[in-house]
Parts: sequence; C-alpha cells; structure tokens
Amino acid sequence: MRHGKYPFIVGFLAAPVLLYVVFVVSPYIQAFYISLTDWKGISANPQFVGLENYSRLWDDEVFWAAVRHHGVLLLVMPLVTIVIALFFSFLLNLGGGQKGGQMTGVWGSKVYRVIFFLPQVLAVAIVGLLFQTIYRADDTGVINGLLGKIGIDPVGWLIDPDIALLSIIGVMVWQAVGFYVVLFSAGMSTIPKDVFEAAALDGAGRFTLFFRITLPLLWDTMQVAWVYLGIAAFDAFALVQVLSVDRGGPDNSTTVLPLEIWRTAFSFSKFGYASAMGVALFFMTITFAALTLRVTRRERIEF
Amino acid sequence: MSNSAGTPGAITRRQMIRRIGLTALIAGPGAGLLSACATSGGEAPAATASAAPSSGGAVSAANPFGVAANAPLEVVIFKGGLGDSYATDVHEPLYKKAFPQATIKHVGTQQIAQTLQPRFAGGDVPDMIANSGTDLMDNAALQQEGQLLELTELWDAPSIDDPSKKVRDTVAPGTVESGLIDGKPYLMNYVFSAYGLWYDSALFEKNGWTPPKTFDEFKAFCEKAKAAGVVPFAYAGKNASYYAYWMILISAAKIEGNQFLLDVDNLVDGVWKRDSMKQSAAAWAEIGKFMDKSFEGEIHTGVQLKQNQGKVALYPSGSWLENEQKSQTPDTFKYALTPTPSVTAADKMPFEAIRAAAGEAYIVPAKGKNPKGGLEYLRIMLSKEGAKGFTEKSGNITVVTGAAEGLELSPGNASLSAAQTAAGQNIVTYSSFENWYKEFETELRKQTNALMFGRISADEFCDKMQKAADKTKADSSITKQNRTV
Repeated sequence: MRHGKYPFIVGFLAAPVLLYVVFVVSPYIQAFYISLTDWKGISANPQFVGLENYSRLWDDEVFWAAVRHHGVLLLVMPLVTIVIALFFSFLLNLGGGQKGGQMTGVWGSKVYRVIFFLPQVLAVAIVGLLFQTIYRADDTGVINGLLGKIGIDPVGWLIDPDIALLSIIGVMVWQAVGFYVVLFSAGMSTIPKDVFEAAALDGAGRFTLFFRITLPLLWDTMQVAWVYLGIAAFDAFALVQVLSVDRGGPDNSTTVLPLEIWRTAFSFSKFGYASAMGVALFFMTITFAALTLRVTRRERIEF
Repeated sequence: MSNSAGTPGAITRRQMIRRIGLTALIAGPGAGLLSACATSGGEAPAATASAAPSSGGAVSAANPFGVAANAPLEVVIFKGGLGDSYATDVHEPLYKKAFPQATIKHVGTQQIAQTLQPRFAGGDVPDMIANSGTDLMDNAALQQEGQLLELTELWDAPSIDDPSKKVRDTVAPGTVESGLIDGKPYLMNYVFSAYGLWYDSALFEKNGWTPPKTFDEFKAFCEKAKAAGVVPFAYAGKNASYYAYWMILISAAKIEGNQFLLDVDNLVDGVWKRDSMKQSAAAWAEIGKFMDKSFEGEIHTGVQLKQNQGKVALYPSGSWLENEQKSQTPDTFKYALTPTPSVTAADKMPFEAIRAAAGEAYIVPAKGKNPKGGLEYLRIMLSKEGAKGFTEKSGNITVVTGAAEGLELSPGNASLSAAQTAAGQNIVTYSSFENWYKEFETELRKQTNALMFGRISADEFCDKMQKAADKTKADSSITKQNRTV
C-alpha cells in the first residue's frame, strides 16, 4: 500500500472519535464512577460508598418491576412489530403477484407505504397525546366510544394494572411498524427478481414464496431489526412518562428503568443510586445485543 | 475550571482514563472538556462571582442587608397556577424602585428542577427562586448541600411598612415555622392556602344540596348526587393523587389532633397503623367507591374542567383552585370551600376545622451572585404593597397579615375567609414530609390511588405506608428531619 495511508485515515477519524469519546464514552465512564458514590447531584462533593448502591438494587421492588417489564417488552414488542412489518412489506412489494415479469405489490401500495410510515415522523410527545385521547378510560375515549356503540363497557386501557403495559406496547408497535416496513421493503428489493421468477415458474404460490424465498433471504435485515427493536424495548421512557398513571403506575405496572433512573435522579436527588441503575441497564442492553447477534448468526448468502 | 484537578473526583477519573489508555486521545482539547463534567468544577465560578458585586452596598435602615445598589438580580419564578405577572409587574418594579441601577433578569418556567438542577451543579445559580410545581427541586437536599441561604436575617430585619416591627411579626403565625429545615428557617412560604373540598355553591343551591358534615352524610350525599347524574367526589389519579392524600391526612388529624401530622413527618414508629389513620383511610375508601374508575387516568385540569361543567360535585384542592380555573369557569359557577367531614363523633377537632398553612416556598440560594439582593427581594414581597399586588395579580392571599384589606374578594376567597373565621383556632397544620422525603411521598401517591380506586383495603394501605415509612427511616442515605412545631 501507498505510504501516507494511515495519516490520511487518522486525519478523518480523529474528529469523530474525539467527539465520541467526549460525549459518549466519558459520560459512561463518569456514570460508572458516580454509581459508586452517594452524589446528590447538587454540589461537587460526592462521597465514595463502594458497592452500596448495587446492593440496594437487590431489594428494590420497583427496580425489579421495571426489569420484569423490560422482559415483557423484549418478548412482545419486537416479535409483534416484525411479524406485522413483514406481512405489510410483503403485501406492498410482492403481494400483487407477477405483472409483466415483475413482482408487484397489492393495489394502492404506494399510498399504503406513506400511511404506514406516517407514525414514524410524529414526535413521541404528539403520539402520547394522541393515544391519551384514544385510550381515555371513559366513554369519550376513541376506542371506548366505539366499543360503547356495540354495547361493551369502557375498558381502562391505561388504568387497569393488568393491561396498562400492553396498551403502551401497542403504541410502541404502532409507531415502529412503519419504519420496519420500509427497512424490509429495502431488503426485499435486493433479492434478485429471477429467484422469484424461477420459483413462480415452478408453481410456488404467494405463501410458499414468502416462507421459502423471502424470509430466508431477508435474515440479515431481520437480525438488524431485532437488535434495534430490542434496544428500543429497553427505553420506552417517553411514552410511559406521557401515558401512564402517576408516571409508571398504576401500582408500578408500567414503570421502566429509564423512568426510574430519571425519577431517582431528578426527584429523589439520588444521582449515585440512579447511576447504578443506569449501569445495570447498560449491561442488560449490551448483553442483549451481543446475545442476539450471536444466536441469530447464520451463513450469508451471496447473490 | 482551573482548580478542578484539585478535587478528588477529577483525580480518580483521570487515573481511570489513563488506565484504560485513553490519555493520548483526551490530552488536547479533551482534557478541558472532561474537567467540565458533572461532578467537578462547580465551586470555582460561583465563589469568584459572588465575592465581587455583593460586597458593595452599605447597611442602612432602608437597606438592612447591605445590598449593592448596582448588583444585577436574577429571579426564577414557577409559572403555574399563580402565573408570573406578580413578579414582573409588582415585585420586580418595586425592587427596581429601591435600586434603580440594578438590572433584573426574570425567568418564568414550569420546570424548576430541569432548568435549575444543572445550574446548581455548575455553580451558576440565580438569586431568588419560587421553588414550586410538580418538578420542584428537593429543598432538603439543597439545604444539606449548603446551597440554601438561612433566612433568619430576613425574619429579623425591620419590616418595610413599619421599621419598628420585625418582618416575622408581620406574617401569619406559623409561617416562619413552616419553612424550617433542620430547625432553621430556609424557606419563605408566601401563599396562605386553605385546603378542603371545593364545590359550586350555585349548583348546590339549585339542587337543594348542602355540603356534608359527617361521613354518613357524605355517603348519603354521594347517593343523591349520583342519582342526579353528577359524580359526587373526584380527583385526578394520573398526576394529582396528592390532592386525595391531603384529605386523608386532614381527616386523620381531625380525629387525633395535629400531633398526628407531626408524628407522620417525624416518621414515628407505627404512626400509619394508628386507629385515626385506619379510620380515615377506610372512610375515604368508601367515598372512592362512588368515583368513576376512569378518573384515575385524568389529569387535574381535566377533572377541574368537569367540575366547572357541573359534572363533578366535590373536588379536593387548595385555595389556588379558583384562580387556576379562572379562564374555564362559567359566570354562573361560584366556588366555595367546605371543610372535610367529621369521621367520628369523638373527633378531637370539630367539623369546621380546616387545614390552612403557608405554602409555595421561595428560596435564596447561598451561592448566588447577589444573595443579599435575593433577601431584599423577599423583604419587598413581604411588604404590604408587595403582598397586595400579589393578591391582585394571582388571586391568592399571602401570609402578610392585613395585606388584602380593602380588596374586593372573589366568591372563592370570600368563602375561604368565612371558613377561616368559622374555624377560628381549629386549624389543621401542614405536612413537611412532602419536602423532606420525596421518595416516601411518591409511594404515598401510588398507594393513595390504589386505595381510592379500590385495589387495596384501608388496612393494606396502612401496612404498605408503614413499611415505606420504616424503609425511609432505615435508609442511611436519606438525612432525617425533625419538627416539634
């Protein structure tokens, strides 16, 4: 290789790496340090308390409730989102069957594409406000109003501890599906047309096309989607904050770690303890991402 | 930030970074940036800044704190139910009149903690703060960190209206005491608030209802109101469950006397399992049954609007309610206050007893640039002119005695004034745990919703709250407070 290649690369990399170190890596390192102190977040004299904050986590029932909710989120949210998004993107891109040797989507698929993507461009706060009205627990709520018309009593979407978390997951799915429809559509467009053609010539129906051709060839994209959605499942802060009763209620039934971290730090002035929760969340997220990438590793198919 | 290397935090962090071999990367501009991080470097700018301007002014009768006439003043006001025009149109011009050379910076915000927490951590603090709202800063934590200026000097200063009197003698009894942290005055509680059940006297007259005096009457009233298609009692579970726990605590205090509230604040063993608490919780849980479940998902403005529309009869709140709802209230709606009903015939306090207390804390940061100016600003607020202007702008009565004389009172304030007269010496006092133990208070909000919306029984409520109180008491990371008055 030519002389001077490395100074060239370093020249390009230095600025972003520096920014990353200052604004991402250094706060992480600080969080690790702060989690070992009793810092109250107000003045600059934190006392070192060792692992006390971490031992507190063990008997903090709110913390464990939040961890359980992340478990539910992690199981339900990515799965539902991916299934719906796959179904829609298949319909949009391939569902119309063959026309003139080309795979096409169902009729009007261009319009649907815009509609599906729309929730993605709305700010979370707006989505929250929208769903406050949709989920309202008396008969003035959108869903309960419709249910009332067919004689069903109002459902406490956000106030019944048994279904509040699922209601919020519903909003997350609604918001995420559009993005993954676009992602999967892009993935499907990279699958060579002749594969479909050959399969169709052999008499494969839409069902077979989807499960035997599309799905296996889309594996890489789905893996990415799974990691993205999994990381989103560790967040959910904004929606829970806006939608839930008493921020995380009723009875802790919707609380998530970012919300507890925020509350512990900014309401209870326990920045040290909040940082310990943050460190715990950091390890959960990292473990999840590493596990997913490892478990779902498969051989790549080169076209 | 030049001295940040001297703080222990910075050294450890630097060593840590060196160990993982990042020194080379941060040696240049990074080092400066890193030292600006969260836990270091807070003290330096504040110390240098506060020394310079406030040393100027000479102490005189008109200027008891020795405020430098040209020192700028920054005022942060919580812009909630009270608005902030009382500051911009009344108190700030009054300060400007006293110190024409001073420039005043006004900040009106709904999010006190989000706005100010980083500024406290960074050492750049304003000179006076109206620390209120859902997102207020933890006063006890601020005091423990030495960020609050003790207000003894203010209370002992001569009053603006009558220099022969001390400021502490011009305010309602209990005002100074309500602002004690760790036995010393740090908070100036300015607004005189009364708490109870608010209703539309016009609606009650129309339906021939009278506010209930006992819980038996209360239940009978609930049946009547329900039959008339009105929700008898409601509060907003989503963000204002504390309105409901105020009522529960008031009832318990009426049964047992104010000692109960003292014991709750002091985390006395078993206080939540006393009979007075159990009776009160059980009585209120019965009323909760008449409330539609959907109210748990409502926010306070939603429920208050429903009351204005005649859909809710009794609403627990404080005397700021009328002003807060001013723009929503129809002309026919006449706010009135009724005390919480008596639980037993043997209650220590009569039905007429109301909870009245000084509320809305104003604080002066100790490490601001012009703390003397902050004190003087509070003294101006406590003058009759300042207090009267506040009542005119915000519709709320202040702790300054006699300041509202000659003002025409709204229906709500007139009713409040009548209730106060009827109560006489039977005043239910305040709770300090809301300022002292935020974590405990959060648990109380949670359990209040569970109780009032019927998910737990009164006994379970008492058990859970006792457990939370015990946990707070045992938590070494929470500094314990105590009050005897």
